Amino acid sequence: MPRLTLWTLRAALLYLGIGFTLGGLMLFNKGVALDPSLWRLWPIHIELTLIGWTMQLALSVAFWILPRLRRMERYGNSALAWIAFVLLNGGVLLVAAGEWFDELSRLVLVGRGVELVAVIAFAVYIWPRIKTFGA
Amino acid sequence: MPRLARWFIKAGLLYFALAVVAGVLIQARTEIDLPSWAGTLNPVYVHLLTVGWITQLIFGVAYWMFPKFSKEHPRGSEKLGWATFILLNIGLILRIICEPRVALRSEPDLGWLLAASAVLQTVAGWLFVLNTWLRVKER
Repeated sequence: MPRLTLWTLRAALLYLGIGFTLGGLMLFNKGVALDPSLWRLWPIHIELTLIGWTMQLALSVAFWILPRLRRMERYGNSALAWIAFVLLNGGVLLVAAGEWFDELSRLVLVGRGVELVAVIAFAVYIWPRIKTFGA
Repeated sequence: MPRLARWFIKAGLLYFALAVVAGVLIQARTEIDLPSWAGTLNPVYVHLLTVGWITQLIFGVAYWMFPKFSKEHPRGSEKLGWATFILLNIGLILRIICEPRVALRSEPDLGWLLAASAVLQTVAGWLFVLNTWLRVKER
C-alpha cells in the first residue's frame, strides 16, 4: 500500500468514526430529546460521511490499485495526487467549519471550491493510469 | 473470501433491495393510498442505501482485501469484526422498525430503542475503524 493511500485511508477512517458519531448523536436526539441544536450537525454529518469517508476512500483505493505507469516512478506525478488529497481534506474541514460557525458560513462555498480543485487535480493525475495492465 | 466478508456483502445486498422497496413506497404514496408511516421513510431509505448497502459492502471488501495484520491474525481481530457486523445490523434493523413510528409519535416508548440503535451503529463504526486502522500500512 503506497504512503499516500496509507494517510488518506486513515483520514477516511477518522471521518467515518466522527461522521457516524455525529449521525448517532442526531439519531439519539430523535429518539430521546437531548438538544434541538444537534440538528445543526446534519450538513457536517453528510460532508464527513460522503466526501471525507466514502469519496476519499474511493480515490485512495484508486491510487493504490489502478494500473501503474511503465516508468521508474510507477505512480507518475504523485505530487499532484498529494495536492489533491490535501485540498480534499482542507475542503471538507472548511465546509464543516462554515456549517458550524454562523459567522464563517462563507467558508462553505470556499470549501466546495477547494474540493472542486482537488477533484480536478486528482482526475488529471489518475487519467494516464486508467488503462489496461501492462500497457 | 472469508465468512465475515460474505456476511457483510450479502447483508448489504438485502438492504439494497429493501432500500429500493422503500424508494418505491415513498414514490407510490403520491399515486395511491398508503399508511401514514410510508410518508416517514425518507431517512430510512437514505440510510438503507448508505449504511446498509455501501458501508457494509466497503466493510466486507476491506475486511477481505486490505493488507494482512499478521501471519497469525491476517484480518486483525475476528471477534471485533463480528462485533462490528452484529452491532451495525442490530442498530440498523432497530432504526428501520422504530424511526417511522417515532416520527409519527404513535409509539413514543420506541424512542429509547431508536437511541439504542444510534449507540449500536456508532460503536460499530468505531470498532471497524479500530480493527482496520492497524491493517492500513505500507507493508
